[in-house]
Amino acid sequence: MTAPLQQTDAAPAGQPEQPRRRTAVDDGDAAGLGRGRAAAFVAPAMLLIAVFLIFPAIWTLYLGLTNWRLTGLAAAEPEFVGADNYLDALNDPAFRTSLMLTLAFVFFSAVVGQSILGFSLAWAFRRLRQGIRTVVETVVLMAWIIPASVIAFLWIALLARRDGTLNALLGTEGTAWLLEYPMQSIIIFNIWNGTAFSMLLFSSALAAVPPSQFETAKMSGAGTLATLRDVVFPNIRGHVLTNTLLITLWTFNVFAPYLITAGGPEGRTEILGIYIYRVALKEGALGEGAALSLIMILINLVVASVYLRLLRERKT
Amino acid sequence: MKLNTRLGGSVAGLLAATLVLAACGSDDDGGSGGGDPSQNADATEVTLTITDNAIVGGKNSEGATWVTEWVIPEFTAMQEEKGVDVTVEFEENGVDDEEYKTKIALDLQSGEGADIIGIDGIWTGEFAEAGYIAPLSDVAGDAVDEWDGWEQIPESVQQAMSFGGEKYGIPLGTDGRVIFFNKELFAQAGLPEDWQPTSWDELLDAARALQQLDGVTPMQINAGTAMGEATTMQGFLPFLAGTGELIEEDGAWRGASAGVTETLGFYAEVYGGDEPLGDPLIQQEAQGRDTSFQMFADGELGMLIESDYLWRSVINPEEGIAPMPNRDEVVGWAKIPAREPGAGVNGQDFVSMSGGTGRVLNPNTEYPQQAWELLQFMNSPEAYEAMLAGSARITPRDDVNAEALAGDPMLSYIAEEVLPITSYRPSLALYPQVSVALQEATAAIVSGDSPEEAAASYQSELEDIVGDDGSVTTD
Repeated sequence: MTAPLQQTDAAPAGQPEQPRRRTAVDDGDAAGLGRGRAAAFVAPAMLLIAVFLIFPAIWTLYLGLTNWRLTGLAAAEPEFVGADNYLDALNDPAFRTSLMLTLAFVFFSAVVGQSILGFSLAWAFRRLRQGIRTVVETVVLMAWIIPASVIAFLWIALLARRDGTLNALLGTEGTAWLLEYPMQSIIIFNIWNGTAFSMLLFSSALAAVPPSQFETAKMSGAGTLATLRDVVFPNIRGHVLTNTLLITLWTFNVFAPYLITAGGPEGRTEILGIYIYRVALKEGALGEGAALSLIMILINLVVASVYLRLLRERKT
Repeated sequence: MKLNTRLGGSVAGLLAATLVLAACGSDDDGGSGGGDPSQNADATEVTLTITDNAIVGGKNSEGATWVTEWVIPEFTAMQEEKGVDVTVEFEENGVDDEEYKTKIALDLQSGEGADIIGIDGIWTGEFAEAGYIAPLSDVAGDAVDEWDGWEQIPESVQQAMSFGGEKYGIPLGTDGRVIFFNKELFAQAGLPEDWQPTSWDELLDAARALQQLDGVTPMQINAGTAMGEATTMQGFLPFLAGTGELIEEDGAWRGASAGVTETLGFYAEVYGGDEPLGDPLIQQEAQGRDTSFQMFADGELGMLIESDYLWRSVINPEEGIAPMPNRDEVVGWAKIPAREPGAGVNGQDFVSMSGGTGRVLNPNTEYPQQAWELLQFMNSPEAYEAMLAGSARITPRDDVNAEALAGDPMLSYIAEEVLPITSYRPSLALYPQVSVALQEATAAIVSGDSPEEAAASYQSELEDIVGDDGSVTTD
């Protein structure tokens, strides 16, 4: 990359501007377009980001400052209420409960469940015969690609108290899984639903680990654990972080459990997305819902920036 | 770095411009008052859409069948004779009322939506205040006041679709709440076939008798938030009326009053204790109301307090969602008793609650005259007769009711015995929020709180909701 730049730079060595120029090249005009043309190139993308991301975020911020409702007088003439919605949300025990539920849901279903199960499947597949591997992969993928409403229907039938499949299999007639173990149910549901992504990502990551390193590990008599620790993990650390970042954000924003439990019983599965849906659309408090949404966006940004920083540190 | 700042600047500028534009735009959305009533009045090609929370083969199936198989073909043929080519579409829905309400509110807010919309009468106030719907005569002009059908609809029934003294829609009919019971189970428990409790104690005694039967849940009274308005309407409010109190009187909302606490106490009698008379889990399930319907249809539930909707649309052997082939022989009904004789509102011995649905015109309709014509057609005596051929229901029209109800003992019972003693919900924009607070209070009981605790948290919730817009009383 730097070779052509040095060629065009025909100025004699030792000139005072040379080092300065170099640094400018590094973080500035690398493509040699000039600022005007570079801006023109970026403009369409920036416009899209502005229209579909930044503007809605600012609009949400504004709506969150009003008492706008879905119906009634406050729908026709919303009033400015300042930071009330934001303060109310932060002081509302229902919001804090919902946030805690969401964190538990993300941690157990995504960070722990999907990652570990996805990796285990990918690891186990390496040695499976192609035929079996294809079958298992297809089954796991099915769980991922079937529409959520269909999946929800299957899970309701599985966990139903009356004539549910699981009760029939276990002989636990009359156990209301969705009422007695609501969080556990949606966590297992989400692991089942989303593992395919981690599995695919780790499959390709493992394929990229140099076989010679496996051979070396084998030669020096390393066990599975040692191989994972010293050979596999150092090679796929970036993939682990990327995977965790993506599934954390997806799971944080997920709404599908609503189709199974509707946030119930008594709000015990009301993760943030569902909580906001209830406040904004079912109860009609759109202003409050907007405030909650903005808080949710901020949490997403914090999570994303933490991961991105970790990823960058690893690279440098 | 400099590049970034400049880009940032232009992005900010762009944002500011968009923001201003959007702010201007939002004023026009969902504009109230309707457009010009004579708009497109002479059009020869017209498209109209009807929507309702009804779907063939599902929720309110008989109403959906009537629209698709009678209203649309008849109306199209009628217009064809006048040389107008009309296409009428029916947009079906089969979801919980709350979700349907959200959907049409969003439709109307964005200036879209069907031309004729079926709504619950209780939403009239909040939709009108939001400017989503407009008085019928603002939308369709003088033709509305000239309609001869108004004479056939009693003032009190018209009230269901009115707000601030203006008619916003044509009522579709009213309903009443009773205790439905299974006569076979009653016979097994040694209870009479013509059972009629006169106090809460007698009602609970019957439930205790049913408890002796194997595999039978004695009773369900709607509770919890999952059932939405059905909890308030079929459960809390009729029993509150049985203590002599209404949820709102003379501008004051009822807080943790004696009657509210007693009503919650009744819930605790049903769902509390080691051997509850009702199944509390059903009240927490996402689809609990459907479960209770199915149990009742299967003869596993002794008593269910419901509206005549249960009879018409749920256990109806022909078109119900949980059909009960032997409905006419097995199902009995009784009025909801006051706490004790004479303790109900107005000193009544028995109480009930009624609501009403109806249809409004969308103020954004492109064809106001034709939409009104269709709405009027849907409320003609011929239309009601065609609808009642499917299944009986109480219509708003006196001329139709006189003949139609004679064939259905349940609905004539509602019309003759229940409507005279019934109460209505306050037609105020705050009501839906108060209703949610009541649902939460019953939910607290179901999950084991004491009536006093539940009443106290309801009181503080209510104070938050009402705020400066009214007052709360605990008398």
